[in-house]
Amino acid sequence: MIEVKDLVYSYVSDTGDNEEVLKNINLKINKGEFVAILGHNGSGKSTFAKHLNAIHLPLGGKVYIDGIDTSDTEKLWDIRSKVGMVFQNPDNQIVASIVEEDVAFAPENLAIDPAEIRKRVDEALETVGMSEYKNHAPHMLSGGQKQRVAIAGIIAMKPDIIVMDEPTAMLDPIGRREVIKTIEDLNQKYGITIVLITHNMDEAVKAQRVVVIDGGQIKVDDTPRNVFKNVELIKSIGLDVPQVTMLAYELRKVGFDIRDDVLTVDECTEEIYKLCQ
Amino acid sequence: MLKDITLGQFFPLDSPIHKLDPRLKIMFTLAFIVLVFFADSIPGYLAVMLFLGITVKLSKIKFRIVLKSAKPLLFIIIFTSIINLFFTGGENVVFQWKFLKITETGIVNAVNMALRLLFLVMGSSLLTYTTSPIMLTDGIERLLSPFAKIGLPAHELAMMMTIALRFIPTLLEETEKIIMAQKARGADFESGNIFKKAKALIPVLVPLFISSFRRADELATAMECRCYRGGKNRTSMKQLKICGIDWVALAVMIVFTACIVLIDIFNLNIMGY
Repeated sequence: MIEVKDLVYSYVSDTGDNEEVLKNINLKINKGEFVAILGHNGSGKSTFAKHLNAIHLPLGGKVYIDGIDTSDTEKLWDIRSKVGMVFQNPDNQIVASIVEEDVAFAPENLAIDPAEIRKRVDEALETVGMSEYKNHAPHMLSGGQKQRVAIAGIIAMKPDIIVMDEPTAMLDPIGRREVIKTIEDLNQKYGITIVLITHNMDEAVKAQRVVVIDGGQIKVDDTPRNVFKNVELIKSIGLDVPQVTMLAYELRKVGFDIRDDVLTVDECTEEIYKLCQ
Repeated sequence: MLKDITLGQFFPLDSPIHKLDPRLKIMFTLAFIVLVFFADSIPGYLAVMLFLGITVKLSKIKFRIVLKSAKPLLFIIIFTSIINLFFTGGENVVFQWKFLKITETGIVNAVNMALRLLFLVMGSSLLTYTTSPIMLTDGIERLLSPFAKIGLPAHELAMMMTIALRFIPTLLEETEKIIMAQKARGADFESGNIFKKAKALIPVLVPLFISSFRRADELATAMECRCYRGGKNRTSMKQLKICGIDWVALAVMIVFTACIVLIDIFNLNIMGY
């Protein structure tokens, strides 16, 4: 469980001013949840993510992971092995030049027994569907495959929570689909808590809960359906809503009687079909 | 194009030489290099040649490929041979033209040097041909680890090598992209003399450096997220173990060493030192 209390964080900018990036953030994420964190560039969402495994430490307030304070330096490695983190660029996360060696990196760091590492590596690669590539060189893989290897590298630590910082931003549509599928699997089949930072609305829709951060503050925190219903609010923050939600919104505006909370293409088709009848 | 360049090329084949423990292979290569300098007679060279030939045969790598490994050093080999040929003093002059003279010792020295360098290059490339970079760094790390007590950063050196090997293809790809991007903006990399060409590379190197630093920063964060805290208390998935085939190789190596040393002693004796 993640508990964030009155989190404040600021950078010193080039001009020497103190720039407040996170202002008083309060958030609770329960075990097994799939939470999407939305926000445009510079909203503070990546900075927030880095607080969850003690890469950044709060300047004000506290972050607790399963009751452990992240600023407790003695528990640093406990926290980092509990909260895995996947970044945007898969190339800059892969350490070794053979897939399975890379997946073994984290458990090796945790001084786990070699036989157990072998087991974890095989399991992790199986989970992300990359077993057949275990002896490949990472640079021969596609972007989506590389990102799945990076995810396997995190799973091998057996974390309870995985924080993903825009994991699909550098991928092509196929890679994107592969990675999102993997993330959903991790959450549903393996019960891992997922915190997905994104600015892709179609990915956010897949979450159980959407948290919108703007200007270092939480603006909205609700189910995707309730969040995207407020088209005006979301637009005013500088974000988009899923295309189908936008379509429904525009149709409502010109007087059609259509639900305002459609999220998927299927739902939208159904609604429009109903209208036509 | 750039992507095809491989450093310390590795041929993944299934052979007894490939299966040898990397630690032993590194030690054997070092021993081989020393022995090549010991063997300075025709029987000695024959022994080295025989040993090298059998090893290459066992490794299943084509002899032509191993021979080709000496190509980049061809210039140095020829150069040192010529220097040795013309500038070695001695009494039995075989050939003289103005100030150039070739002596018998000169010829012997030139042939010696050329053969030694050739054996050296072939022997050491056989190491990289039959050992994957990962195994190689692993082997180096284990071999250096006893020196960690006196402050040698064995694990750190091996980590640096691993990361360097991992990022060579990535950075090559990036270089290619930057070159294309600069060409699209009218940069000219082909014309002009060598200085002009070198200068034209600045707009490639600057962005490459900046992006490498950014990559390094991101990689460091990612490594920290995966609980990396240096070499202390680290385990390794792949365990190195000396097994049957390694003992055989060790025995062969000892016999080979004995042969070279005996030949050397025998030669000294007949030459009457």
